[in-house]
Amino acid sequence: MELETVIGLEIHVELNTSSKMFCGCSADFFGAEPNTLTCPVCLGLPGALPVANEKALEHTATIGLALGCSVSPITKFDRKNYFYPDMPKDYQISQYDMPVCKNGYLDVEMTAQELSSQSQEPYVRRVGINRVHLEEDTGKLIHIGQSGRIAAAEYSLLDFNRAGVPLVEIVTEPDIRSADEAKAFVQNLKNVIEHLGVSDCDMEKGSFRCDANISLRPVGSEELGTKSEVKNMNSFRAIQRALIYEIERQTKILLDGGRVIQETRHFDAVGNTTSSLRSKEEAHDYRYFPEPDLVPKVFTEEEVRALKAALPELPTDKKKRFISDYSLSPSDAAFLTSSKATGDYFEECMRLKGDAKKVANWMMGELSMHLNAAGLKIEESALTPRHLLSLLKLIDAGSISGKMAKEIFAESFETGKLAEVIVEEKNLTQLSDSSEIEKIVMMALSENSKAVEEYHQGKDRAIGFLVGQAMRLSQGRANPALLNEILKEKLSEKA
Amino acid sequence: MLLYEMTLSKLHDELTSGRISAMELLDGVLKRIASTDSKLKAYLRLTEEEALKAAKAADARLLAKEGINPLLGIPFAIKDNMCTEGISTTCASKILDGYVPAYSASVAQRLFNFGAVMVGKANMDEFAMGSSTENSAYQITANPWDLSRVPGGSSGGSAAAVAAGQAIFALGSDTGGSIRQPAALCGVVGMKPTYGLVSRYGLIAFASSLDQIGPIAKSVTDAALILNAICGHDPMDSTSLKVGTSDFTQGLEAGVKGLKVGVPKELMGEGIDDGVKAKVEEAIKIFEGLGASVKEASLPHSEYALSAYYLIAPAEASSNLARFDGVRYGHRTKEDVEDMVDMYSKTRAEGFGAEVKRRIMLGTYALSAGYYDAYYGQAQKVRTLIMDDFKKAFSEHDVLISPTTPTSAFKGGEKTKDPLSMYMSDICTIPTNLAGIPAISVPCGLSEGLPVGLQIMGKALDEPTILRAAYAFEKEFNFSERPKL
Ligand SMILES: [Zn+2]
Repeated sequence: MELETVIGLEIHVELNTSSKMFCGCSADFFGAEPNTLTCPVCLGLPGALPVANEKALEHTATIGLALGCSVSPITKFDRKNYFYPDMPKDYQISQYDMPVCKNGYLDVEMTAQELSSQSQEPYVRRVGINRVHLEEDTGKLIHIGQSGRIAAAEYSLLDFNRAGVPLVEIVTEPDIRSADEAKAFVQNLKNVIEHLGVSDCDMEKGSFRCDANISLRPVGSEELGTKSEVKNMNSFRAIQRALIYEIERQTKILLDGGRVIQETRHFDAVGNTTSSLRSKEEAHDYRYFPEPDLVPKVFTEEEVRALKAALPELPTDKKKRFISDYSLSPSDAAFLTSSKATGDYFEECMRLKGDAKKVANWMMGELSMHLNAAGLKIEESALTPRHLLSLLKLIDAGSISGKMAKEIFAESFETGKLAEVIVEEKNLTQLSDSSEIEKIVMMALSENSKAVEEYHQGKDRAIGFLVGQAMRLSQGRANPALLNEILKEKLSEKA
Repeated sequence: MLLYEMTLSKLHDELTSGRISAMELLDGVLKRIASTDSKLKAYLRLTEEEALKAAKAADARLLAKEGINPLLGIPFAIKDNMCTEGISTTCASKILDGYVPAYSASVAQRLFNFGAVMVGKANMDEFAMGSSTENSAYQITANPWDLSRVPGGSSGGSAAAVAAGQAIFALGSDTGGSIRQPAALCGVVGMKPTYGLVSRYGLIAFASSLDQIGPIAKSVTDAALILNAICGHDPMDSTSLKVGTSDFTQGLEAGVKGLKVGVPKELMGEGIDDGVKAKVEEAIKIFEGLGASVKEASLPHSEYALSAYYLIAPAEASSNLARFDGVRYGHRTKEDVEDMVDMYSKTRAEGFGAEVKRRIMLGTYALSAGYYDAYYGQAQKVRTLIMDDFKKAFSEHDVLISPTTPTSAFKGGEKTKDPLSMYMSDICTIPTNLAGIPAISVPCGLSEGLPVGLQIMGKALDEPTILRAAYAFEKEFNFSERPKL
């Protein structure tokens, strides 16, 4: 039996509005002293009432529009009822049957690099967006005890700073067919949302989180198999790893004639495995019903038109523009638009009059390599576009060699010093003065008379040795072409 | 006449003319409470210290002639489901034992700003669920007209306090009749404004889509003055209507000549006590005598109102009351617990009374998967039909009148064992909550020595018309009996 993987994703995005979803408290909770950003409303104190944040509703519509969704003319909130200590009201205000947006898609281009299996051809996967809705985030439980998990905790502390932060949930159709696609989809989605500027999309801070529903079915079958839900994947790599593990696990069960249990599984990033969190067989009854404390929101046609008009340039359009405006290859343009920050970096270089192809090459090569090694994001790099251009200028002027450029790049990346400063400090400028080079050549010849002899005996190999020696004496600074020329000249004189 | 027997508007004259001070008025009211509340038990707690401070401040304002308004220096009671900063607020429930709100309800804050003097928090049915104030976890309030009888509910403490002169006015909340029913049973004026006219911010919710705060007073004019003070848009409540403030005392005296009064036949038939019916019929004659045209009206779906109400209100309540879980405030079980769910269960089992539990279970069931459409969904459809009934009725009539309650005050304990018969107490008042329209109850006489209430209902936001009709009736009828306490 050949099996097909079916994956649907739920992505939660915390919006970067200045205030929370239903009150005036600051939504900028990261790093704040626990429970300092709270009020009767977000603490769910008796009698307190929610008032919907219009900006959050607009941001949600913007996300939907960017994903080709339609914005509902009327959208309402519902209560999702369940008990949990980090939820102040013991219900979450969410959206049930009238989400802000419905029916969109995101095209995911699977490039050769993105496919872990080399045998496949690049292709485009259209992933349907079922809905985009708005809800409130919960608070945080901090379990005090050895394990940090609730089961063995001595006691637990509650921080409600995050409670009520606007949270957008994007639900895909079960259109994703592999772990690679899932990873690429999430990367693409994050990129789109970053371009919209409505969230900082920081996975480490939890402002962009992903859950996956995964099931397998015989190829050709239309029916969905029993799924498991994987949570706690907080990086692209984790999404890929978790899904690979889950596909293997379910495949093994099914091929052995077993039955997959519907459950929620937790991804362990250390072991690259998933483990059962709780059984979902007894499905939770959330008893959704319309939130009576909030009036439905009406999106007028003009409002939707205005939001659409205000959409910024999205990655796909930016990629097209990079190809046409800067004569870049599609793969270079794809790399440069793979995140908002990368595109911004590149365009800043262009603003500083860089050469597109050269800038692209350095960004894809040296810069990428150093960022990866240091575990930094491009926007965190000390080597800014100004630094990169400072370096490129020196190369163009012939002041430094390609080999030196890489060393200077490394130091600039490390220290944040401009290339010209490093060159100055270390006296690294290329030696192009013929009289200086001549002195060095003479010194090399006198120190290596044996090699000179060999040269004159017709051993051509000896010249390479002499060039190397002369270069060493110049501490690598001599202009190689000039050095070669002078050396040959002097050797012929001696003959 | 004793100070505590006077109306708010009369007292305002006394205060501004300097014949009395706010301190003297407060003193009179506090003495009245001291001499009667051991029998009445209208108050869950008194706030004497804060009251003295407020009265002193009111006197300073009166002296300086600054910020003079009709409520300045007037002692009032507030139902214990409205939050008052720094003052324990329990909804008469054990689950909120010791809970002290960090903020005041918008209505309370407005009254404080006007310089009104809060004397205490009034008893109520736990979480406003009940029609007799016997469901309070702390004490049972008596009816000032007959201590063996109930004051009605759930704002029974508020209504009894006003009727007994323990407060010049009070605030109640009305989800299915909880202001009008006790006002009727205690012989005072009670009003439920249009849904959204008064902010619910800080009102501990029973059923959000039905709850509305309103005044309990000694006269229609007083009710209008209090409504002036508490109505108006509140940015903290998104269901609060964006209507301009108006003076509801304006036009009270315009009379009812030519007013089209409808009497819904469904609210005058079966189940209405003969004594009550007789009083309402007399009231109809008075309206006719004043030049109003009275005709029969119909609210054909009102027979389903009670059923719809007892699905919608518990459904919302089951969710609203979820937050009382022992995690953050109020009561938490002292028993050993196995896990979180066990803690929730024990806490809630200990903290909530029988009626509250009954409704939480009813509501949970009505919302549960597989039953939603059959119960909650169906009830919402009935609600729409009832709204349409009213719309149709108000296309032919300016106001509708009916008894406020099917009977006068019943004996304590008489209906506590039979929830359904208790639920029937609100049969005349519930339709207006479902429709969100305003209604007022005014005393229309005594039946066997107990007060009977006349309910006047109007279109949404047509408070001026029902107040005008109530005022005309009140003036003509001149109900002057007082409970002998
Ligand atoms: Zn807040």
